[in-house]
Amino acid sequence: MLNRRNMMKQGTRLLVTGFCAAQPWSGAAGAAGNNTDGAGFARTGLQGAQPRTGGHVRAASTSGSLSDTLDPARQSMATDYMRGNMFYDGLVALDETLTPHPALATSIDSADFKTWRIQLRSGVCFHDGATLTSADVVYSILRHKAPELGSQVHYQAMAMRIVKTDGPLGVVIELDAPNIAFPSVLGLTNFAIIREGTTQFHKANGTGPFTCAVFQPGIRSVALRNPNFWKSGGVWVDSLELISISDDMARHNALLSGDVDIIAAVDPRLVALIRQHNIAVLESPTGTYTNLAIRQDVGPGQNPDFVQAMKLLFNREQMRSSIYLGFCRTGNDQPLPPEHRDCNTTLPQTRFDPDKARFLLKKNGFLNQNLPPLVCSPAANGSVEMAVLLQNTAQNIGLKLDVRRMPADGYWSQSWMHFPMGFGNVNPRASADMTFALSFASTAPWNESHWCNPQFDQLLALSRQEPDAIKRHALYNDMQAMIHTGSGVCIPSFITSLDGFHPRIQGLRPHQGGQLMGYNFARHIWVDEQSSRSTAEETAP
Amino acid sequence: MSAKLGIAIARRLGASCVSLVFVVVAVFFITSALPGDVAQSLLGQAATPDAVTALRHNLRLDEPVLLRFANWADGLLHGDFGMSLVSHQSVMSMVHERLLHSLVLAGITTLFAVPTALLLGTFSAIFRNTVFDRCMSVLTLCVVSVPEFLVATLAVLVFAVQLHLLPALASISDIHSIGSFLAAFSMPVTTLGCVIMGQMARMTRAVMVNVLSSSWVEMAVLKGVSPTAIILRHVLPNVVAPLFNVMALSLSYLLGGVVIVESVFHYPGIASLMVDSVASRDIPLVQSCALIFCAAYLLLTTLADVVSLFSAQERSRA
Repeated sequence: MLNRRNMMKQGTRLLVTGFCAAQPWSGAAGAAGNNTDGAGFARTGLQGAQPRTGGHVRAASTSGSLSDTLDPARQSMATDYMRGNMFYDGLVALDETLTPHPALATSIDSADFKTWRIQLRSGVCFHDGATLTSADVVYSILRHKAPELGSQVHYQAMAMRIVKTDGPLGVVIELDAPNIAFPSVLGLTNFAIIREGTTQFHKANGTGPFTCAVFQPGIRSVALRNPNFWKSGGVWVDSLELISISDDMARHNALLSGDVDIIAAVDPRLVALIRQHNIAVLESPTGTYTNLAIRQDVGPGQNPDFVQAMKLLFNREQMRSSIYLGFCRTGNDQPLPPEHRDCNTTLPQTRFDPDKARFLLKKNGFLNQNLPPLVCSPAANGSVEMAVLLQNTAQNIGLKLDVRRMPADGYWSQSWMHFPMGFGNVNPRASADMTFALSFASTAPWNESHWCNPQFDQLLALSRQEPDAIKRHALYNDMQAMIHTGSGVCIPSFITSLDGFHPRIQGLRPHQGGQLMGYNFARHIWVDEQSSRSTAEETAP
Repeated sequence: MSAKLGIAIARRLGASCVSLVFVVVAVFFITSALPGDVAQSLLGQAATPDAVTALRHNLRLDEPVLLRFANWADGLLHGDFGMSLVSHQSVMSMVHERLLHSLVLAGITTLFAVPTALLLGTFSAIFRNTVFDRCMSVLTLCVVSVPEFLVATLAVLVFAVQLHLLPALASISDIHSIGSFLAAFSMPVTTLGCVIMGQMARMTRAVMVNVLSSSWVEMAVLKGVSPTAIILRHVLPNVVAPLFNVMALSLSYLLGGVVIVESVFHYPGIASLMVDSVASRDIPLVQSCALIFCAAYLLLTTLADVVSLFSAQERSRA
């Protein structure tokens, strides 16, 4: 079996034809190999159980509204991503550790990391029977560049200078600047491949494992197993209904009463109760974090001592136990979670130190001053609780902090990044490179703290051309250290995603990419009616 | 006499139309004044200034508010409710389906709640100041004062989670037989019934007690008319008008005010459609929903008014 890490070292040839056959999800043979996976997650589901075809599954997600869409460009909510992954495929798929693997592409090569040659799988059919060609791929990628489309990945698409066909199954993408992590970009759900010329999205016409039988925005969708799916053993259940229940109580009740088989986003407070009912809770250590961003171009954040003091004021242990009830991992003011293969584990952990914070604040005259408010909202998971805890801690050392709670409605467009001190919530990115480029580079669109460090930008550019994985890892380590000490972003914890499911559902595994296996549970689950597990318990490292 | 009635009804209908126009204009400008627009809401975290500007232009949101209103109103006069800015489907088709669901729920609730409330209210009035009346009074007061989300959640907890008798979700798509229909609707209907029944029963009792203690009912009793005949022939025709008013108010609530029940039972009705469309700033949809709620409300209250006009006419003729 080819080793994934060696593959990365080769650099120039990240993906190889036929690699897919050795992947864990491609069948029973691969399942055993999964334990050796880099992250070493505990497996859920019965060891050695054979996936079987058939069954109907009903799953309930959280967010659902009229803006539910089957247009990959516009998808931005969890429910949309789950649907996107049912009906469409990307050129690349990301596994549980966010490592890119071939999907519709059989290989992605580049000599200089600037011009990428993509070879497409042959004989792949869309749901309407048409065969996948390079024209479909070019159309699917180029449409993100049109600003009026409102694509979620407009920024990433703009980095691709030229996208053109090279024969019926070849695509050439030329980037503005070299980027060795480019295959991960193509693994984003938004870069799913659609049929050339598609402008209407009342039904999905993709190459994915399910065909779209029903789609009603804000209500439900019904997916039927695609008999012509290009990957054998890539999908198990016959039909899958996805609804969204935004009311927390109603969603948990639906799971407990057996109306739905799977729910996303279990409330940490209800985990014990749900497990008592012999329903399993899947814990996924994701890189999702809720952070305080202190802007460094306006207000008190211009003084690095203030930022440093605020980082010291986060009582991370208390937040872990009282806000997330232990379902999180402690953060260290840098954006990669401890399980991430590129996480810098040698950085000294920022600890709660009110005395030192008080010293720094007093030295710069911040005590007993009127400061800009801490802006928080229920839209950013746990931010209101964090703000209140922070306010209390600050009070004890004589720092006056006001908490301004904003409504969830419109928070991201109206308040986020608009105030000198505000909370945000960031989902795991597909790669370390993307995290740095989108949230920390000086020109990044989501540079929350307006942190500007030319040296960091240089390292980012260097890392994008570094073929040696070990050297690249070292660069990533340095960049994390710079964020840790310099940036105005305080990251106290990484939130563990919790999903509930009945024992009859098999195949769910923890995934670093987000809830319900990085929104991609549909391809992995199978139904085992006989399964009667006595202990419905899953553990994360 | 009947010409006078016709004029009164026409005047009432005219007033309704004026209110309707006023509501439509008010809703448009209030939603326009909300912070943020559909472009920002669609883009969410990706709402960079350039992206917002481009999308706004694409959705023609950069046109002046008055022009957009004029376009919309023009379409409306030609029977076109417009397109949803978010889903790019015609508002008509989106509203149509949800409205149907809401009407089914409201209809069943009405069929169940109105007769029950009238019976309970009437019996309370007949047996006023007895143990039965007092029990009913306490019970209806409890039902009115307990919020519907509590009733709904408790019902789900007991009947769905603990007893596994009924489904926790009222999914339209699961209804294939009379049995599944009853199972799906029993909890939402009971919850909504609780809300409107208590109020209606109390109002019915109050109106009935008022009439029953009047001198002409006393006269009828003295004449030896049977109690049943007194209620049916003498009392009921006189309480029809106020009862209709009570019912109209309760029923208009069933269409637009049931968003909590819809969300607890995951029932795809029109109330949640409106809340959704406000959250996503989808103005054409918000307006169409507001228009429907307003029209339904006006229709019901106008109906109640017409009934009271009729009943006044009948009484004066008698």
